[in-house]
Amino acid sequence: LYRRTQKMFCVGEESWVDSRTVYIGHKEPPPGAEAYIPQRYPDNRIVSSKYTFWNFIPKNLFEQFRRIANFYFLVIFLVQLIIDTPTSPVTSGLPLFFVITVTAIKQGYEDWLRHKADCSINECPVDVVQQGKVVRTQSHKLRVGDVVMVREDETFPCDLILLSSSRHDGTCYVTTTSLDGESSHKTYYAVPDTMAFTTEQEVDSLHATIECEQPQPDLYKFVGRINIYKDKEEPVARPLGAENLLLRGATLKNTQHIYAVAIYTGMETKMALNYQSKSQKRSAVEKSMNAFLIVYLCILISKAVINTVLKYAWQWSPDRDEPWYNHRTEHERQRHVVCLFIHRFLAFMVLFNYIIPVSMYVTVEMQKFLGSYFITWDEDMFDEELGEGAQVNTSDLNEELGQVEYVFTDKTGTLTENNMEFIECYRKERSAQLKEHEDLFFRALCLCHTVQVKEEETVDGIKRGIHQGRPTSFYISSSPDEVALVEGMKKLGYTYLRLRDNHMEILNKDDEIERFELLHVLNFDSVRRRMSVIVRSSSGECLLFCKGADSSIFPRVVSGKVEQVKARVEQNAVEGLRTLCVAYKSLTEADYQEACFHLTEAKLALQDREQRLAQAYDIIERDWLQEKAADTIESLHKAGMKVWVLTGDKMETAAATCYASKLFRRTLYLWVCYSANTRPHNHIYTLLHLVLHRCSLSVDCLDFGLIIDGATLSAVLKPNPESAGHGNYREIFLEICRNCSAVLCCRMAPLQKAQIVKLIKASKEHPITLAIGDGANDVSMIQEAHVGIGVMGKEGRQAARNSDYAIPKFKHLKKILLVHGHYYYIRIAELVQYFFYKNVCFIFPQFLYQFFCGFSQQPLYDTAYLTLYNISFTSLPILLYSLVEQHVSVETLKREPSLYRDIAKNSLLRWPVFLYWTCLGVFDAVIFFFGAYFLFDNTTFTSNGQMFGNWTFGTLVFTVLVFTVTLKLALDTHHWTWINHFVIWGSLLFYVIFSLLWGGIIWYNFCLLQMYYVFMQMLSSGPAWLSIILLITVSLLPDVIKKVLCRAICPTRLSAHR
Amino acid sequence: MDSNYIENQEVENRPDNTAFTQQRLPAWQPILSAGIVIPLFVLVGLAFIGIGVALFVTSRNLHVLEMDYTGVEKTSPCFSCSDPIKQKNCKCSLSFELDKLFEGPVFFYYGLTNYFQNQRAYGVSKDYNQLSGDLDYFTFFFSIVPDSTCKPYRYDVNNKPIVPCGSLANSMFNDTFNLYQMKNGVKEEVPLDGKGISWWTDYNIKYRNPSVNPLRNAFNGTVKPLYWSKPAYELDPTDTANNGFINQDFLVWMRRSALPNFRKLYRRITDGLPAGNYSLEISYNYPVIAFDGKKKVAFSNVSWMGGKNEFLGIAYLVIGSLCLVMSVVMLIIYHWRNSSPDAN
Repeated sequence: LYRRTQKMFCVGEESWVDSRTVYIGHKEPPPGAEAYIPQRYPDNRIVSSKYTFWNFIPKNLFEQFRRIANFYFLVIFLVQLIIDTPTSPVTSGLPLFFVITVTAIKQGYEDWLRHKADCSINECPVDVVQQGKVVRTQSHKLRVGDVVMVREDETFPCDLILLSSSRHDGTCYVTTTSLDGESSHKTYYAVPDTMAFTTEQEVDSLHATIECEQPQPDLYKFVGRINIYKDKEEPVARPLGAENLLLRGATLKNTQHIYAVAIYTGMETKMALNYQSKSQKRSAVEKSMNAFLIVYLCILISKAVINTVLKYAWQWSPDRDEPWYNHRTEHERQRHVVCLFIHRFLAFMVLFNYIIPVSMYVTVEMQKFLGSYFITWDEDMFDEELGEGAQVNTSDLNEELGQVEYVFTDKTGTLTENNMEFIECYRKERSAQLKEHEDLFFRALCLCHTVQVKEEETVDGIKRGIHQGRPTSFYISSSPDEVALVEGMKKLGYTYLRLRDNHMEILNKDDEIERFELLHVLNFDSVRRRMSVIVRSSSGECLLFCKGADSSIFPRVVSGKVEQVKARVEQNAVEGLRTLCVAYKSLTEADYQEACFHLTEAKLALQDREQRLAQAYDIIERDWLQEKAADTIESLHKAGMKVWVLTGDKMETAAATCYASKLFRRTLYLWVCYSANTRPHNHIYTLLHLVLHRCSLSVDCLDFGLIIDGATLSAVLKPNPESAGHGNYREIFLEICRNCSAVLCCRMAPLQKAQIVKLIKASKEHPITLAIGDGANDVSMIQEAHVGIGVMGKEGRQAARNSDYAIPKFKHLKKILLVHGHYYYIRIAELVQYFFYKNVCFIFPQFLYQFFCGFSQQPLYDTAYLTLYNISFTSLPILLYSLVEQHVSVETLKREPSLYRDIAKNSLLRWPVFLYWTCLGVFDAVIFFFGAYFLFDNTTFTSNGQMFGNWTFGTLVFTVLVFTVTLKLALDTHHWTWINHFVIWGSLLFYVIFSLLWGGIIWYNFCLLQMYYVFMQMLSSGPAWLSIILLITVSLLPDVIKKVLCRAICPTRLSAHR
Repeated sequence: MDSNYIENQEVENRPDNTAFTQQRLPAWQPILSAGIVIPLFVLVGLAFIGIGVALFVTSRNLHVLEMDYTGVEKTSPCFSCSDPIKQKNCKCSLSFELDKLFEGPVFFYYGLTNYFQNQRAYGVSKDYNQLSGDLDYFTFFFSIVPDSTCKPYRYDVNNKPIVPCGSLANSMFNDTFNLYQMKNGVKEEVPLDGKGISWWTDYNIKYRNPSVNPLRNAFNGTVKPLYWSKPAYELDPTDTANNGFINQDFLVWMRRSALPNFRKLYRRITDGLPAGNYSLEISYNYPVIAFDGKKKVAFSNVSWMGGKNEFLGIAYLVIGSLCLVMSVVMLIIYHWRNSSPDAN
């Protein structure tokens, strides 16, 4: 739901779904203004816990039994309870109970922690202004409309609208570290009309209502309006935006205290809305696992059907149906035919139900959970600068890392460092005007930003300031571009000092302080790709400065040497430099008033207000490539992945980065589809066709690269009713993309990035996609892709928070994919196949035994063996294998990225491999069963002439089974650490010891006597030993031969590197 | 101070640099290469052939004499007894001749075919509590005692509990055999040893008689199984210690066979059977013709590897030679690959 809301929000921007009216201080508006509608809002209680004490057991059980596997075992268990079945309910009840209990304990503990956290949050003290006094109350008692006082370093208890602050300019500083990881101080503003209320009494006298949108999760969006009622006057309405909204979870800094009014409380705060669970991603392995499970379910049902039918056929003669020695009871004879049939069928189902591996899901989950620690523990992915290593946000996708076919990467901050350095600026002016314009230009750069100055707070800072003779300041901004610019300006002599009382102060070349009144800031956003400020200089002149990407500036420039600047911009972009353009317009008072009016009315339709700008400048910064990015991309290419760069940058810059990062080699033939908005649709069509044609012509397809921009892309992707006859662009585009080794999409909006990912995901082959990015603009792409990786970058932590895995640097992608991904895939593939294999081995002899016991559902193995086979005798070795197996060394995997291709396309879980494992299982089962059968055939194998019974028969088969299955895993283990030795030999030893104890002691329940001394008697006979050895050897022989022959006849790259 | 703090923090976040966390544990990495596998196959092959030959030779030296006495064919000596109508206390005798000494100890088995002792409902039809001598289970208490699995042989028409209850005990094999050697026309009985034919643990630990002396008092108020001619406490009139639930014939029967064609140990002949003519007198009680079964007797001697069973020896020989063949095949393949190095 969360995703859908977000998407809806992104598409229909600024849509007022509904609004709420908040009465500040719960005061009714003056009569006649508006009808007072009392509204009910939730209290400020945060409930992150899922369960309460009372509903834990039912709710948790319900949640757990919603999983298909658990439900299946529950049904089997119930069937065993209800009807008379061959095996006791314990055999399936105990493992189920074990699985459910383990999960419930884990979830209960997590929920208990959540309860504790909730409690401490809900009970933390809050200061509320009531009747002109500050009253201390508990956080959860807060209501919408309460006026709250927050002191420095306190955390906001709910979403608040800032009314006034202890700073006389009505601003306050806030860090949102706990929300989005950005540690910079952000400035929030009070509405000018309420700024003056600085004491409790004054605040209490405020009479106002706030109209605002209903709560929604986007942290950076807020639309509202405050109506202030003064005595007998028309209410004054002021707009409220995100800059007025203090979010729950953020912390007040550098400000003594503030007054603010609660508008969203409890579960409606943006923080709470953001913590709602994301939709779950499922890995390809899990999908094939489910497919296999269905096959096994079919096998199970058909086995039961076959046996039931054969039972009827066999019992056709009454002597067989009911021989004199085995009469049925009256009750049984009188059973209805249909009833009897169902009963028999269910009994067979229960007998064979173990073929569905009971513990597979638990083992897989444990493997994923424990295995993901190896990623976080990895020292190679630890970044010294950040002081952090990789993070795993979901462990469900570990193996998917080994399956990636398409990598979508963001450029800025991901491929490149996002460390900006001001390189040069370029102005195209006649020398006569030079001086005047230069000043203006520098001022523009000094003023047009949202950089804030971190002031000297500490004694150290002041000292340093004194030393240098000037107050020192640090610039902090959410965008490194701006910091670079302001710092560049400082070098050129124009120092931005501070923002005070809505006036920006600049120290110019001549050490004079210039003051500009800041009238409006129109913040940067990724749709408009520019930001503007309107300032009034000390001389009273209104100026609008606009800064942004060239594509958004040039169309709006009406005078000046646009062409020349453009040429220069492009030239610089080719060199891999990042460019920004600045423009200005001086506004007359009338213009300003008009603009101002529109802005105040609604801060929405801003686009139109920035047109007709007078002049364009060009600033250039250098973008450094992240270390080893090129090497990583090269490795990814060798590993058979297709790397796409999706960036908002312009083509030239992006292409230069691509060359630098070796995404495009010099020999690459590039197709460029650019600026489609100037072309009619059929043009694109012919263009695409041409490309496709050429592509297919050159079969040797050297290397093709494609560059496409956002506009063309949207034209391509847009369903076009007119050219329906021309077929679908989509298909052609996909066809081209498949033939290209590298694709660069530039000028992309964030949503388009996600669209591209979706497009590729939905293409014929359903490739596995990976998206990597660092900024908030990559979040949609990260969530859309099969695997989302966040780079812990400088643009905040939003990407890292929303990703599945977070890594400090792009270069770590190599290790996480080529090494961890490869290992996890190999491990889980073996885990899944092995689980099915060992259960075929386990249950198929029981199936065969039915043919020799008159289809009477006689279990072959003892109850204890049936119960413990999956949960203890054979569980640990495979779990350990799936945690530590390394079929080749880490170094080899790193050195030879092409090994990654060997496991591409889920190659170890395809049907032929699955069939091989199943056949091997059936073969082994046949060997076990008939081996024992011929051994038991009418003879004794003790030296004292005594005969063995059916339980010895079953125990013999079971012993061979446990040994074979464990040794099969040992054969597959390529990496024998001491833990492997310990667990594999240990579990065999455990089986022997358990059997000795189980058969050697009289247990309380006499039903268990059937196994008394059976195991010891078996071991006391020589032929039993000999046949165990023989059967194990025969069972393992085909696999050994296959392995050896495969190595000899068709050695894979993998085996060559061993 | 500042930098120190940062360093400390780094140390805190830094993952442990241990061999385990970094997946660098020292490991043995075996490879199934030709150099290892071919000698291994040769060794295994030779060892298996060795074992196989030993088993095969041992098995060849064992003798088994098996005779069918069901009496389906008219010529068969027990034909008259096989008619279910006049079956009561029917006796017949089977003659056979040994041309050389049957070395002792000889084991005397009876065998049944097409008899499904391994049917589930049949197998569970017993009450372990009774069989372990718990007198509480010798009474009838409607739905609990004796165990309901004993149905339909829990209690008789007078609601008296059947002891031992259940189909398994009820259908106990009740043919008896006497073996005579014909010495100059005189029948001389061959002593049959009935001790130790069932598992030691069965008659010492698993099954117990109620500790009531004499034993028959424990059975007051109970009835014998329907098909039994004698009550449980009179199973062996010659040895009082061999009665009740620890009667060895009973215990042999109670250990269910794994497969529908089975043999069960009847007696031991410690000294062996010298060459000569023998006559086996059978009191024929057990009906098998109804379900197409066969009744057999078998004399066999055993070695360290049990009774005569050529399967194991042959299997060892086959697998051993298969290993040798495979090692040769592998050798050829490796040789061929090494001689053509350009092959990819």
